[in-house]
Amino acid sequence: MTALPTLAVKDGVKRPAASSGHGRLAVAYLAPGMLGFLIFIVLPLVASLVISMFDWPLFGTPKFVGLDNYIRMLTGDPVFWTVLGNTLFFAVCYTVFNLVAALGVAVWLHSLGSWGPFFRVLFFIPVVTPMVANALVWRLMLTDDGVINSFLATLGIHGPSWLSDSGLAMGSLIAMSVWQGIGYNIIVLGAGLNAISPNLLEAARIDGAGAWQRFFRVVLPMLSPSLFFCTVMTIIGSFKVFTQPYLLTLGGPGDSTNTIVLYLYRNGFSFDKLGYASALAWALFVIVMLITALQFSQQKRLVNYDN
Amino acid sequence: MTTETLAQPDADKRLAHRRRTRSVRTRRRTGRYISRIGVILVGLAFFFPFIWMFATSLKPTSEIFSTGSSFLASRVEWSNYVTAWTAIPFGRVIINSFLVAVLGAVLTTVVSLLSAYAFARLQFKHRDKLFLVFLGTLVLPQEVLVIPLYIMMNKLDLVNSLPALIVPFAFGAFGAFLIRQFLLSLPVEFEEAARIDGAGSMRILWSVILPLVRAPLAVVAVFSFIDYWSSFLWPLIVINDVSQATIPLGLSMFSGERGTDWGPLMAAATVAVIPSLLVVILLQHQLVKGVSMGGFGGR
Repeated sequence: MTALPTLAVKDGVKRPAASSGHGRLAVAYLAPGMLGFLIFIVLPLVASLVISMFDWPLFGTPKFVGLDNYIRMLTGDPVFWTVLGNTLFFAVCYTVFNLVAALGVAVWLHSLGSWGPFFRVLFFIPVVTPMVANALVWRLMLTDDGVINSFLATLGIHGPSWLSDSGLAMGSLIAMSVWQGIGYNIIVLGAGLNAISPNLLEAARIDGAGAWQRFFRVVLPMLSPSLFFCTVMTIIGSFKVFTQPYLLTLGGPGDSTNTIVLYLYRNGFSFDKLGYASALAWALFVIVMLITALQFSQQKRLVNYDN
Repeated sequence: MTTETLAQPDADKRLAHRRRTRSVRTRRRTGRYISRIGVILVGLAFFFPFIWMFATSLKPTSEIFSTGSSFLASRVEWSNYVTAWTAIPFGRVIINSFLVAVLGAVLTTVVSLLSAYAFARLQFKHRDKLFLVFLGTLVLPQEVLVIPLYIMMNKLDLVNSLPALIVPFAFGAFGAFLIRQFLLSLPVEFEEAARIDGAGSMRILWSVILPLVRAPLAVVAVFSFIDYWSSFLWPLIVINDVSQATIPLGLSMFSGERGTDWGPLMAAATVAVIPSLLVVILLQHQLVKGVSMGGFGGR
């Protein structure tokens, strides 16, 4: 069974009777975790909002500019909209391809019986190998005279410039990213499939449901909690895309593969605009939070939690 | 399967039925063979980049592109591994990577265990509210925090140091969440018995709980190890001296002055991939368990 993270914190566990609670003891145990949480997560989150109100060079005196960074971002910086559009495009394509393919592969592996677990782990390998190593070997494979075009040449096809053609570069990044990330969802969905009771499918079969009907009427509703979890996590992950464009295309050609985090990184550490970079970071934060909140608000409508 | 009315089962019908089931069975069997051959082909194609990485690491520089799609060059060039070792202080970089990943995993696991114990077993005001806020940060992209964290490291004079790579990312909610979930599923009777025998909470945590939570602890340790091992954006920001670099950063520094030296670079990439492969092979059950509990939030 899988215990997906739900936000239900209530539990039915009997606790050691304690009339006055464990105030002081709790403080001692929570101190490391909560201090670290405050110093390295809460404080930076608040600080980045403050920094985004400043003109903040790395060396020199920060100057308060109010909402100027945000105004410039939204009205005076065409690159921001390009970057936002690219990131949204990447997020939609990556999420859809990843989920559809992961669902297909998970169902396929599930039908393979004893072979399933081995291949499930095989698909998971790129998730745990360093993204930098993955990206570099893809860059080698996708160069003009790389192995992919050599293979196409043996078929008599003249392969394109995968990474320097502005029409293809983003597609190449999406393909590489789906390859690298898909194993995660295959495992989550595979665990979800394992949790579906065979009796249920058998009952549907006896009632005369065909294979497609069983998939859409039984398997998908039963998988919806896992699918919901995968969707939330995959979308969050897709908005953080950085390493792939940084190493494969440098955001080019032009700005066609530039993404929010890459643009944030360059503003902060190449252009020495830490204030503007923080405004971009907050834009990213707000977008991701809004999308995640939207998904959770639709959870009851989309997800079937009755067994 | 066929639905037979059992009104008058005459011989003819029975024979037809038997023939039909046999053909269904053979069709099933060939279907399974095709499916298995298919999954082997797809699996090989999927694994191909790693095969190509290793094949390229053994090719002489002059033949990397002239060999086209062949795995083999005219000779096997092991010296790429030597070149990789000397191009950047690679031994040092590997040691840094292990130091960061091991210490990071230990710190994350210890802190997570202490927090999880408090949230699962102790009673204090606003406990569940605090936990919810903490859990909410699971969906916070760490990329949002890198600018203030960098300024912080600058002020603390920790830029270019291994602690800067380790400490800021040891306080995520995932580990505490996972161990807490596990603790909630354990009966409290053991702990109560120990308490009646006069054990303090530290003693209970050490002698009673620790042996019981080995499984989720292993999951948290493995996941944070991999996260530290693969992390790129943060090292890229906070480290600019190659002697303090971790493997991903070292790899990205390879393509330098005179184009990319692919043979040694793929040799280094192969070395970077091996520990992850070992982790997958040795700890697949922990990984699968961890993923289905929500580890690697949205990578």
